[in-house]
Amino acid sequence: MSLQIELENRSSALIVRLKGELDHHTAETVRKKMEEAIEAGDIRHIVLSLKELSFMDSSGLGVILGRYKQITAKGGKMVVCDANPSVFRLFEMSGLFKILSVQDTESQAIASLEVVS
Amino acid sequence: MKERNFMTLQFASRSENESFARVAVAAFVSQLDPTLEELTDIKTVVSEAVTNSIIHGYEHRTDGIVTITAEIEDETVYITIEDKGAGIQDLELAKQPLYTSKPELERSGMGFTIMENFMDEIEIWTAVGEGTKIRMKKRIESKKAMFN
Repeated sequence: MSLQIELENRSSALIVRLKGELDHHTAETVRKKMEEAIEAGDIRHIVLSLKELSFMDSSGLGVILGRYKQITAKGGKMVVCDANPSVFRLFEMSGLFKILSVQDTESQAIASLEVVS
Repeated sequence: MKERNFMTLQFASRSENESFARVAVAAFVSQLDPTLEELTDIKTVVSEAVTNSIIHGYEHRTDGIVTITAEIEDETVYITIEDKGAGIQDLELAKQPLYTSKPELERSGMGFTIMENFMDEIEIWTAVGEGTKIRMKKRIESKKAMFN
């Protein structure tokens, strides 16, 4: 079981869809691909779509927190959507939901950014 | 007399083995008919402990050995994860939520907090230069109970 990353640029937002399992082994690829996309494009916000993320541990929290810091340093926002109950619980436990915005679906996440930007 | 079953697993300290370890332990625990949430809890704590052994115990060396033992006693599962790596300098500090000794690696510092939250009990033995052993316990509230 590994991880697939789908990146899509939509106006000023980078949509990142993660499929599979995000752990220490797969986190490095996520970090590299997202870092490159954030630095390369004219990206202001990140939508992290986790509908098909079946597993995540604290290494996933680490890489997400790292990208949160990266995008907020550029004055942007990060919105997380569609997390399954176990992934959701880890976000809650770590307190990450106190700083990240959460939406149910990808379209709601995108809409929330269009209102603020 | 208590019903007892056990298994032991040894593997190289390579990050590819993190998913193997959690899936293998989950497969063993499946015989207790756990809920999906209980199974995810167990996969997550195994992943946390094995990742700690690889990153902190063996500091990314791939020639270390991680040993996992899982034991079932009636409806309780005991999981032991052991390495012969660096050991933990300050265990109380390491257990603090959000503390990490390797912030440059984007570690969240949530590993021990997750293990403590997802399991009923956790015991840690560590000695600098000798290694770390974590033993965790969780009672599985079998799904069968719902159909009685």
